[in-house]
Amino acid sequence: MTTLVESRKKSMRGIPIHVSRGYWSTVWRNLRRDPASVVCMIVLALIFAGAIFAPWLTAYDPAIGSIGTRLKPLGTEGHILGTDEQGRDMLTRLLYGGRMSLLMGTAPVLMALLIGGSLGTIAGYYGGRLNTVIMRTADVLFAFPSVLLAVAIAGALGAGVGNALVALTIVLIPPLLRVTESAATQVRALAYVEAAQASGAGSLTIIRVQVLGNMLGPVLVYSTSLLSVAIIMAAGLSFIGLGAKPPTAEWGLMLNTLRTAIYSQPVVTILPGLCIFMVSLSFNMLSDGLRTAMDVS
Amino acid sequence: MTRYIIKRLMYAIPVALAVSLICFSLIQIAPGDPLAVVLPADASQEIIDQTKARYGLDKPLVTQYFLWLGKAVQGDFGISIATGRSVSVEILTAIQYSLVLALFATLMALIVGLTCGLVAGYNVGTAMDKVASAVAISGVSVPSYWLGVVLVVVFSVNLDWLPAMGAGINDEAGILEKMSFMILPSIALAAMPAGIVTRSVRALVADVLTREFVTALRAKGLSEVQIFFHVTRNAAPTALTVIGVQLGYLMAGSILVETVFSWPGTGLLLNNAILTRDIPVLQGTTLVLALVFVLLNLLVDITQPLLDPRIKRT
Repeated sequence: MTTLVESRKKSMRGIPIHVSRGYWSTVWRNLRRDPASVVCMIVLALIFAGAIFAPWLTAYDPAIGSIGTRLKPLGTEGHILGTDEQGRDMLTRLLYGGRMSLLMGTAPVLMALLIGGSLGTIAGYYGGRLNTVIMRTADVLFAFPSVLLAVAIAGALGAGVGNALVALTIVLIPPLLRVTESAATQVRALAYVEAAQASGAGSLTIIRVQVLGNMLGPVLVYSTSLLSVAIIMAAGLSFIGLGAKPPTAEWGLMLNTLRTAIYSQPVVTILPGLCIFMVSLSFNMLSDGLRTAMDVS
Repeated sequence: MTRYIIKRLMYAIPVALAVSLICFSLIQIAPGDPLAVVLPADASQEIIDQTKARYGLDKPLVTQYFLWLGKAVQGDFGISIATGRSVSVEILTAIQYSLVLALFATLMALIVGLTCGLVAGYNVGTAMDKVASAVAISGVSVPSYWLGVVLVVVFSVNLDWLPAMGAGINDEAGILEKMSFMILPSIALAAMPAGIVTRSVRALVADVLTREFVTALRAKGLSEVQIFFHVTRNAAPTALTVIGVQLGYLMAGSILVETVFSWPGTGLLLNNAILTRDIPVLQGTTLVLALVFVLLNLLVDITQPLLDPRIKRT
């Protein structure tokens, strides 16, 4: 208590007290000071909120349209963003579509992070033969361009959201594996890991406390940029008929079915893709912002 | 150097084999009977057996793999279940279109990426850098298939300048008219690699400019143009590496853009194979595209130390 009282006395005398911040609160403070990152976070928050609260934000059903209201332009009364080729309200479809598109974009990254991240940490921490086996296996998957591998796996498994999720997860594992492995290898070589070993800490404890804590930064930056890639690929799979099936609202699928209306309602046609682009751009810029805020090169 | 090349070549062989194994297993993960497409529902057992023998599906898996691999090495990928034509002929026809498109897009990405990257790298922190960097990150983030649709809306629907789809094969069109079919799909494809090249060149140039040798060159009284050549020489190997890898991605990643523009390349072939569940075509095309990718990566790895002696490979 005395120190607190003393420091208050000091501050009352006009001498600033030094507040030592934690690493993550410094990162958060840097991020908040970057206007681009703040805008991206707001855009993402709005899009995610729109998708989550879709039923409360619109009175229409995303699957039910009417022939009488087909392909209305933007600003039509009752349909502020127009209607699609089946007379369904576009705003409603975009909000509900976000549910499927965002799920299909984020879930594979999380699953790949869990699988690839664990394998990468093990490979990096233990090194040696185990590392060789894990990393050479990843190299084989790396030999495929990601879009090709996703399309080939989803194409062989057949159309469907589940199959698309499996394909995307498989494709995203190798890059995350490589990033976590190199991060774990770097941390492994640091003196305090040796110190922890010398003080008798078990491998699991060291991985949990020393290794994971110091890998979080680069892995977070990389995963954020992967979210951008995953959103584009997931909607792309639906775009070529390998993901969500009609009449589900999904941005990639909507873009594909609306292509028939490209001559009559071009502006309505490009709306679903605009959503994909905005989410992808925001994640990419946020990843850049995070990197700067963390000063990770 | 020779040792490095041999080592790198030797390493490519197991990778290529593993790639072939993954392509082969595509047929194993495919649900349902691949013969359901060609056989009538009431086919007799005799006909089923005959067809199975014809496609080699009556043998054990390992034998099937080596039989398939042996044929694939000779360029025989079997018969398309949907069209009955040779898969390799279909791939050979399609891959020319994909290659032309990918090369054109790569060239575009290289020109745009180098220009933007140099401008941004030379003017870090200025408004020009911000504009170039914003364009670059948009290029990296834009879904190619959506950009394709937007380009069609602007240049085909509204302005009526360029064709919206096809490759102008059957027309007795001149080279210029044929080229006009390539412009929109190439731009859609080039956006992402252009963004990637811009970002890498910018970082590279900004870094090179802070080096002591540039200060030394300035002190020697070299003109900015002469210094520019020194900077580009230092930045070129990395830019070429990036673009080489991107060419591979473009060859394979064009499936979505080819679908938008009905461009008759490997992407459209893959798409049709998926729609008709034509597994031999899916398998063959995936294998060929993946091998092209492996080969391009190999070329990049081998040429990199030749271009930049600082990169020592052991």
